[in-house]
Amino acid sequence: MPVPLITTRELVKSYALGGFVVQALRGVSLSIDAGEFVAVMGPSGSGKSTFMNLLGCLDAPTSGDYLLAGDKVSGLDSDALASIRNRRIGFVFQSFNLLPRTSALENIALPLLYCGVAADERKRLATARLAEVGLADRGHHHPAQLSGGQQQRVAIARALVNNPVLILADEPTGALDTLTSCEVMALLQQLNAKGMTVVVVTHEHEIAEFAKRVVLFRDGQVVEDHRVENPRDAAALAVELRAAQSPDEARA
Amino acid sequence: MNILASIRIALRALRINKLRSALTMLGIIIGVAAVITMIAVGSGAQQRIEEQIKGLGTNLIILLPGSTTSGGARMGAGSRNTLTEEDAYAIQRDVPAVQAAAPALRGTGQVVGGTANWSTVLYGVTPEYFEARNWVIDQGKGFEPVDVAGSAKVALLGDTVARNLFGDTDPVGQVVRIRKVPFTVIGTLQRKGQSMMGQDQDDVVLMPISTARNRVLGQGAGRLRTVGSVSIKVRDGESMTEAEAEIRSLLRQRHRIQQDREDDFTLRNLSEILATREESSRIMGLLLAAVASVSLLVGGIGIMNIMLVSVTERTREIGLRMAVGARGRDILTQFLVEAITLALIGGLLGIALGLGSSLAIGQFAGWPVTLGIAPVALAVGFAAAIGIFFGFYPARKASRLLPIEALRYE
Repeated sequence: MPVPLITTRELVKSYALGGFVVQALRGVSLSIDAGEFVAVMGPSGSGKSTFMNLLGCLDAPTSGDYLLAGDKVSGLDSDALASIRNRRIGFVFQSFNLLPRTSALENIALPLLYCGVAADERKRLATARLAEVGLADRGHHHPAQLSGGQQQRVAIARALVNNPVLILADEPTGALDTLTSCEVMALLQQLNAKGMTVVVVTHEHEIAEFAKRVVLFRDGQVVEDHRVENPRDAAALAVELRAAQSPDEARA
Repeated sequence: MNILASIRIALRALRINKLRSALTMLGIIIGVAAVITMIAVGSGAQQRIEEQIKGLGTNLIILLPGSTTSGGARMGAGSRNTLTEEDAYAIQRDVPAVQAAAPALRGTGQVVGGTANWSTVLYGVTPEYFEARNWVIDQGKGFEPVDVAGSAKVALLGDTVARNLFGDTDPVGQVVRIRKVPFTVIGTLQRKGQSMMGQDQDDVVLMPISTARNRVLGQGAGRLRTVGSVSIKVRDGESMTEAEAEIRSLLRQRHRIQQDREDDFTLRNLSEILATREESSRIMGLLLAAVASVSLLVGGIGIMNIMLVSVTERTREIGLRMAVGARGRDILTQFLVEAITLALIGGLLGIALGLGSSLAIGQFAGWPVTLGIAPVALAVGFAAAIGIFFGFYPARKASRLLPIEALRYE
């Protein structure tokens, strides 16, 4: 039996907030295999974002273990965590988090800057990823010159540029309209179809319907974990939505 | 992440806030420019002061014969005839630190010229004397070695003598009688004014030493070629003490003085003035350093302030960079390079401004200005040091941010 990509055992995270100790996670044990598309759902305050930050090595658990592809990650020092974030995990944020006044290509190449890739190679890899997300002609545009959907696609290209084993997306569609959300989800589905493991945090059921597995958090614990038999096809839905918005264009 | 990439990121960050970067640099620009201008003008002024003091003869050693003892009474320095012209030539030849060693015979006498007469001091000298004692020919010309060799009856008049004998008319070419011997005036000496002791240095007549010995002061050719004094000028930058020691050992050897016997000569110099000069340049240097460091300190604090603002403003950017794999030291390097870049660009502009204003001051105020590599190198070094010193705290602050908190920062 292959080792799961992600294994967590009794993950606990607590914060001290103004004298009170807030238990954000109260013992989460979960495993995610390579190639899964997981939607993490739950109301705000349920601990889903905290869980995501722990998976992304942005934060360290108070107790419990986190294994990434069999390697123990909890307890590593900050440089080792930086290296894992750099090489094995790709992040997609709700607010895109692109560097302002910096071209799309340079934004995509940012992770490569921190693992010693030469400038020519950085440019080549970034250009390839940009084409993969369908924005080949926007390489020199700054974030302010791109639409929200385009910015998120640049952010996804950045997450992919260092060939990670895992894409973590925290509310990736939270700042986008329905059609653009669909397009972004279609892109994530497409990556998943090629074998990429994707974990999406969302509070929208419509978004969760695109995943193959839904994990529901409440009060810092997993309360539900089920497979989705037939995930919706985001690309097909996007075509429908586009047709509904501008019938003339669709006919032409 | 390499340094080149860091510098490019730093330049971009500085470009984004052009006005702010420029204002921050202004502190360093003014500081560095002030340092360079002050050092240039200050060392120019110092040089001028040194020249003036040198005119008084701080690098001058006077060599006098030793004393005689007659019936138990010691007669004081210069009372013996132990020094010869040859001693002076030997010093000139054998002591490398000596620029000129000029023997002189001294006497007094009545000088008659035109319709007037005047009692003055007579010196029999060699051409080296002008160099050793900083005499400048005002009109006419000085002695040639041939004048000395041939005991030529030529004389140079000090300013006081020239005015007393000839008033406003040009004495060059005129004949004067010195102790009844006729001399042709071949030149006059530029005014020196009073000496430190209040003597009129211009009340003097110079003539070749051979002429003085043979025709005027009456020490015959048959006698040893003794001299009254030797004026020794030490080269610039050579140590007075070492030169004195060398002269002393040379003379002791020449005069065959045994180990336990006293010198038969006396060496004197103006060491007090020398000490004053050294003290004054030390104080001047301290003053310059104090003013310069204050202005650079202010510039440095400006950089630190702006870097702190910049770290706060770019907390989310730092968080993002960390999220995609930047380590603490990558962030540290980035902000440090930014601070150093700011300081160095400011430093270079400051150098340009400093050199420009030094030249302008030199041009318009008539100040002597000395521009050297040393102050420029110092200023650049200082600028870089300020960048590192004042950039380190904000940079370390940035590098210690937790990625998750930096990302959430509003």
